[in-house]
Amino acid sequence: MSDTIDTNRAPASQTGHVIPPVEDGGMIGSRVTLTIDGQEVKVPLGTTILEAAKKVGIRIPTLCAHPDLCEAGLCRICLVEVEGMRTLQASCAYPVHSPLKIHTHTRKVRQARRHIIDLMLSKHYGECYACGRNNNCELQALAKEYGVDFFRFGHPDKPLFAKDESSHSVIRDMNKCVLCRRCVRTCIDLQEVGVLEAIGRGDQTRIETFMDKPLADVVCINCGQCINRCPTGALRANDPTDEVWAAIDDPKKHVVIQTAPAPRAAIGECFGLEPGNPLTFELNTAMRLCGFDKVFDTNFTADLTIFEEGAELLMRLQDALKTKKGPVFLPQFTSCSPGWVKYLEHFYPEYIPNLSSAKSPQQMFGAVIKTYYAQLNGLDPKDIVTVALMPCSAKKFECNRPEMVDSGFKDVDYGLTTRELAKMIQEAGIDLPNMAKSDFDSPFGSATGSGVIFGTTGGVMEAALRTVIELVVGIKVENLFDHADIIPLRGMDGVKYVELTIPSVGEVPAILKPLFESWDFLKGVTVKVAVAHGTANAHKVMEDLKNGGPLSQCHFIEFMGCPGGCIGGGGQPIPTSQAIREARSKAIYAEDSAYPIRKSHENPAVLELYGKFLTEGPCSHKSHKLLHTHYTPRGKYIAE
Amino acid sequence: MITPNHKAPLTFATIEPDVGLRAAMAKPRADLIAEITASQLKGRGGAGFPTGVKWNLAAAAQADVKYVICNADEGEPGTFKDRVILTDHADLVFEGMTIGGYAVGSKTGILYLRGEYTYLRPHLDAVLAARRKKGLLGVNVAGKQGFEFDIEIRMGSGAYICGEETALIESLEGCRGEPRNRPPFPVDTGLNGKPSIVNNVETFAWATCILVKGSAWFKAIGTQRSTGLKIFSVSGDCKLPGIYEFPMGITVNKMLEAVGGADAKAVQIGGASGHCVPASEFGRAIAFEDVSTGGSIIVFGHQRDMLAVAKNFLEFFVEESCGQCTPCRDGNPKLLEGVEMLEHGRCSMRYLNELSSLGETMQVASKCGLGQSAPNAFLSIIKHFKDEVMGRTQGAAH
Ligand SMILES: Cc1cc2nc3c(=O)[nH]c(=O)nc-3n(C[C@H](O)[C@H](O)[C@H](O)COP(=O)(O)O)c2cc1C
Ligand code: SF4
Ligand code: SF4
Ligand code: SF4
Ligand code: SF4
Ligand code: FES
Repeated sequence: MSDTIDTNRAPASQTGHVIPPVEDGGMIGSRVTLTIDGQEVKVPLGTTILEAAKKVGIRIPTLCAHPDLCEAGLCRICLVEVEGMRTLQASCAYPVHSPLKIHTHTRKVRQARRHIIDLMLSKHYGECYACGRNNNCELQALAKEYGVDFFRFGHPDKPLFAKDESSHSVIRDMNKCVLCRRCVRTCIDLQEVGVLEAIGRGDQTRIETFMDKPLADVVCINCGQCINRCPTGALRANDPTDEVWAAIDDPKKHVVIQTAPAPRAAIGECFGLEPGNPLTFELNTAMRLCGFDKVFDTNFTADLTIFEEGAELLMRLQDALKTKKGPVFLPQFTSCSPGWVKYLEHFYPEYIPNLSSAKSPQQMFGAVIKTYYAQLNGLDPKDIVTVALMPCSAKKFECNRPEMVDSGFKDVDYGLTTRELAKMIQEAGIDLPNMAKSDFDSPFGSATGSGVIFGTTGGVMEAALRTVIELVVGIKVENLFDHADIIPLRGMDGVKYVELTIPSVGEVPAILKPLFESWDFLKGVTVKVAVAHGTANAHKVMEDLKNGGPLSQCHFIEFMGCPGGCIGGGGQPIPTSQAIREARSKAIYAEDSAYPIRKSHENPAVLELYGKFLTEGPCSHKSHKLLHTHYTPRGKYIAE
Repeated sequence: MITPNHKAPLTFATIEPDVGLRAAMAKPRADLIAEITASQLKGRGGAGFPTGVKWNLAAAAQADVKYVICNADEGEPGTFKDRVILTDHADLVFEGMTIGGYAVGSKTGILYLRGEYTYLRPHLDAVLAARRKKGLLGVNVAGKQGFEFDIEIRMGSGAYICGEETALIESLEGCRGEPRNRPPFPVDTGLNGKPSIVNNVETFAWATCILVKGSAWFKAIGTQRSTGLKIFSVSGDCKLPGIYEFPMGITVNKMLEAVGGADAKAVQIGGASGHCVPASEFGRAIAFEDVSTGGSIIVFGHQRDMLAVAKNFLEFFVEESCGQCTPCRDGNPKLLEGVEMLEHGRCSMRYLNELSSLGETMQVASKCGLGQSAPNAFLSIIKHFKDEVMGRTQGAAH
C-alpha cells in the first residue's frame, strides 16, 4: 500500500545491485552454469559467486558482507580467481551473467586473503582476551582460519582513538574497527536513521557521527542494530554487569530481575544451542543460582500494558466517535519500543500526541516493584534493585530517562541484554541448557501467551486485538480466529495491515466501567490496525501518514524499532539474520500456544493488581502516575 | 599548474565544425556506432575500452533515460591534455558528446569538470550557449527532427578518485566519491541507475574526427591493436615539455627524441598509476598492448633519485585512495613506510620481498583501478633500480 513511497535515503553505492530473482521457467538464458573448484552449479542469472558457492558447499570467507545488508564488496576477503580475468573478484558482490570458471583457494587467492588480514591487524588495536567479542569475532576467526601467527605488517601497541562511552546504550571503540561499514549500512539502509558514515579518505578514513559528536548527542535511537552486525568488538552495548554483581553481593539489597520473552527465546544461542530453543524456565533456575532474590516475568506488565494502552485507545475512539470533544490523535502508536520512541522524538516530534502515554512493560514493572511489591513485602524501595533482562540496548537508555522515577526512585536500575546475562551465567559456571526448570516467583509470575508474543513483530497488536474482541465484542476470539491465532499479524512482512469490523458489542466489563458507559459507539465500526518493524518500515508508515495515505485511516499502529521486533533486538546474541529471527519468532509463538491462559485480560495477577492496588482501574489517576509517561520532542538538529 | 611551452599542431585544429555531427545524423544509429567500432577507437582516459563497444551496449540497453558523461576530471599527475583540448577545441568535444547522445539515444549530456579547472567554466558555458544559439543543442539538434540533446557542466571537488567512472557517477549523485562494484557497468546501471556512457574528453573529440575523416583514416594510423592518434602531456626532465600528438605505438625512444629528453634515465608512462620504464626498455611501444597511458609522460633525468620518485607517487596514493577497500587503503601506507625504511637503509631484503608481494596483491585484489595500479610505480622502480634503492646507508635520509 505504501510501496510507492521512496524511503531509500542510502547512497547508491550502499544499496547494492538488486536483480529480480529469475524462476527456472525453462526460459532460455535465465540460468547459468558455473564451475567452482571443478564442481558445476546452475544458478539464476544475477546470483553472486558467493551464493553459488554456498549451494555446492564451498565456503568462502567474508567480512563486510552480511545477509541483512546490501553488498559492499570492500573488505576484499572473499576474493576468488575467475579464469580469464586479470584481477581477483569479490565473490560477495559479483553477480554472474555468463558461465564462469572459478577457483576459490588458489595460491594467489590465499596470499591476497592473508595480506588483507595482515593489513587489518596492522591497524587493529585489540587484545582478544580483553574484548567482549572474544570467541565470537569474525576478525579473530579469520586470523585463526588463515593461520596468522605473527604480525607481518606490524601491530599497534597503543590505542589511537578514545572510546566513545557517552551513550547509555552503545559504546564505540574505533581502535577495533576494520572499516567494513556494516554499521553504516545498518544505520543508513536497514534502519534509515543515518547516524554513522565513513568520513575522510585513504588511511584517514573513519566511521564517525555527525561532526564526530558523542553518540549521546546525535540522532542515534540506541537500537543497537549496528552492534549486532559489527564483526568485531568495535561496537558493544554499555554493560552494567559489574553494578548488577555488586548489588547481588550487597546483602542489604533485594535484587529483583524481570525477564522479557525475546531474550529467553534466544539466550540458548550464547550456549551453543540452535536458534529457536527457548530456555525460559532453565533461566529462572540459573538466575536464582546467580543470586537474584526474585525472578519475575515481564509478561505480567505486558498484560498490564494491554489494559492501559487498550483503555487509552478505546478512550481516544470514544472521543472521536461519540463525545467528539477536543482534538483526538489517531492513529494511536504503541510506545513499548524505546528505539521507536526516540526515533519518533527525533524525526516526527509533531506526532508525539499519537504515542500512547503508557510506559513500556519494563518501566511499568519497575514502578510496580518499587511501590506495590515493596508495600506487599514490607520492603523499603530504596533497598530494592530492579534489573531487567531485555533483548534491547535502547532499554538501557529508557531506564535512564530522567522522567522514569515515578516510584520516587529510579524505577528500573539496570537493563541487561541477553548477551550480558549469558556472560554472568557463564561467569557463575552455570550450564544453562542443562539446568532444571523452575517457575517464576509470585506474584508476578503468572503470565499469558499474549504477553509472550510481545517479543515479536505483530505480537502487541495480536494481544490487543484478542482482548478488544473479547471485552468489546463480547465473543471468544476463537470464534473468529482458530486457536486465537491472528495469523495476518504474524510474519516478517515490513508493514502488515488488518481490518476488523465490530459486528455487535457486548457489556462493558466492570474494570472498564469507570471509563465507558457502553460500547455502542463501536458498533459497526471497522477497526483498522497496522504493524511495522524496523525503523525503515516505521519511516515508510510515517511518510504515508504525513501524506494522508491509506495508513492514516488506521486507529492503532504497532511500531517496533528493530527488524523482527524484540527477537531481533540490539541486545540479542550475535550473529543475526532473517532465518535466525524467524526461528526465534517461531519459538515465541510455540510458547504462546502452550500457555493455559492466552489473553491479557485473563491474567489473574493483573486483575489482582487492579483489585488491590490500582483500584480505580486502567487509565485512572493512580495508574497514570505510575504507569504512564510523557515524551521529549528532540528534532533532527543537533545543538552545538 | 603546468603551462605547456610546447604545443604541437593538433589534428583537431584541422577539423571543420559540425561536419561530423551532420555526418553522424545522416546515418542510422546502428551505422553510426558501426563507424566508431570500425575505427577501433579505444578510450583515451587510460583504460582503453573500445568506444564503439561501449556505445553499442548503452544503445542496446532498454531505458527511458540515458546519460552521456564526459570525464573531464583529469587528475592523473602529469596530464594536462584535456585542459588544452577544452581550452582550444571545446566545440569538438561537445560535438562528440552530441554524436554520442544521438548514438545511444540520450537527451542529457554532462561534462564533469575537474574542480581545479573552474576557471574554464565561463569559457565552456559560452561555447555551450553559442551552440544552443546555433541550434546545435536543444530540440531538433542541427535540424534533426525529434533529436533533443543538451549538455550541462558539473564541477568536481578535487578528488582524484572521482575520475574513476563509477566514483564520478557517485559524485554526480551527491554521494561520497567511491567506486562501485562492477558489474553492473555504467552502460547498464550508471547515473541514477540509468544506462550511461562515460568517456574521456579526448575520446569524444576523436569520435568527431572519425565522423569527419572516416574510420578508415583513423584505423590506418597506429598499430593493429592501438589505432589512431593520441595526445600526450609531456613533463619532467626534457627540453620541450608540452602537448604532443603522435600515432599510437610510438616508441619511448622516438618520443624522447621529439621532446628533447634523449638522455633520460627513466620515463613514467601513464602518470602515478602508470609504469616506470628504465632506459634499457626505451624501445618499447606506447600502446595498449605494451605500455599504455591516458596521456601522461614524465621524463626522469640522470640526477633524479628514483626512491624519491616512488615516494612521491605513494604519498599521492595514500592521500587519494578513497579509503573503501582494505588492500588500497591499508596497503599504500605500508608501501610508503617501506620506502621510508629504504631511505634510511633499514629495509631488509626479506621485508622488501614481502612488500613486493603485497604490491602484487594490491594489483589484483583492490576494488578499483586506483588501488590496482597504485603499486605499479613502486614495483617497477624496485625492480629496475634495485641497486639504487637498496644502496642507502643506515640513517642517511635524502
Ligand atoms: C583512479 C582513476 C582515475 C581516473 N581518472 C580519470 C580521469 O581523470 N579522466 C578520464 O577520462 N578517465 C579517468 N579514469 C578512467 C575512467 O574510469 C574511465 O575508464 C574513462 O573515463 C572512460 O573513458 P574512455 O573509455 O573514453 O577512456 C580514471 C580511472 C581510475 C581508476
Ligand atoms: S575485536 Fe576480535 S580480534 Fe579484536 S580484540 Fe576483539 S576479539 Fe580480538
Ligand atoms: S544504535 Fe541504531 S541508531 Fe544508533 S548508530 Fe546504531 S544502528 Fe544507528
Ligand atoms: S564499527 Fe564495526 S561494523 Fe562499523 S565499520 Fe567498524 S568494524 Fe565494521
Ligand atoms: S582501490 Fe582504493 S580507490 Fe579504489 S575502491 Fe579501493 S580504496 Fe577506493
Ligand atoms: S565479504 Fe566480499 S568484499 Fe567483503
